[in-house]
Amino acid sequence: MHLPKPVMRGLLGKRLRFHLPVAFTLSLVAAIAFKYAVTEPRKQAYADFYKQYDAVKEFNAMKEAGVFESVRPSGE
Amino acid sequence: MLRLIAGRAGGLVARRATVALTTGSSARMASHGHDGAAVPPEVAETMDMSRPMYWDRLDIPLPEKLYKDELTDADKSLKQKEKGPWSQLTNEEKIALYRLMFRQTYPEMKQPRSEWKTVLGGIFIFVGFTGLVVWWQRVYVYPPRPRTFDDEWRAKQLQRMLDMRVNPIEGLSAKWDYEKGQWK
Repeated sequence: MHLPKPVMRGLLGKRLRFHLPVAFTLSLVAAIAFKYAVTEPRKQAYADFYKQYDAVKEFNAMKEAGVFESVRPSGE
Repeated sequence: MLRLIAGRAGGLVARRATVALTTGSSARMASHGHDGAAVPPEVAETMDMSRPMYWDRLDIPLPEKLYKDELTDADKSLKQKEKGPWSQLTNEEKIALYRLMFRQTYPEMKQPRSEWKTVLGGIFIFVGFTGLVVWWQRVYVYPPRPRTFDDEWRAKQLQRMLDMRVNPIEGLSAKWDYEKGQWK
């Protein structure tokens, strides 16, 4: 029964040497993916919305619908 | 494992007189006597937990003490022989020494058991009982339904949200086509 002596030292170091680069890479990938899948489209959506936004027109539409308390629809 | 079933059985007996679960496990509640193996305390005499105990566990390869406390004379002579070179021990003696020190081998410990059926059955019984309780509550405890849940109210609520232009960029009002008066 001559088994080789198992590795007794440096186990954590070995694990970290492998897992830390993996962890940092995956975190970076996750951040980049979030930026280009979520934040960039969102910024674009806001820019597009406000390019064609007429505040007065929207206000009048809301006023006619009757949601304000300070100014009632033109009918009343 | 025995302690788990005994604990569950004890808890169940205290709350409801279920026979089905206890009959399955009562056959296994036999005491192991004085040899220090894990024994449910409510069956045998109380154990002194402050002293080293023997446990068959996969993650404890060398328990706190040997399995057999009281060695017969044959055992003692075997232990003496163990102090010499091990190549002089026969295979039967090696196995006997192993059995002195341990109650079960790893393959014996890893044998599949039916405990999960008991556990799952218990879970279902209690979830079912909870369902009955919730049903009773629905009938006798719940207050009348708020009027804000009516379809008519909810339609008016949605119309008001669209009129207010709630979330017009990425949310609710962004999905409504105001010219056509319908969802995009």
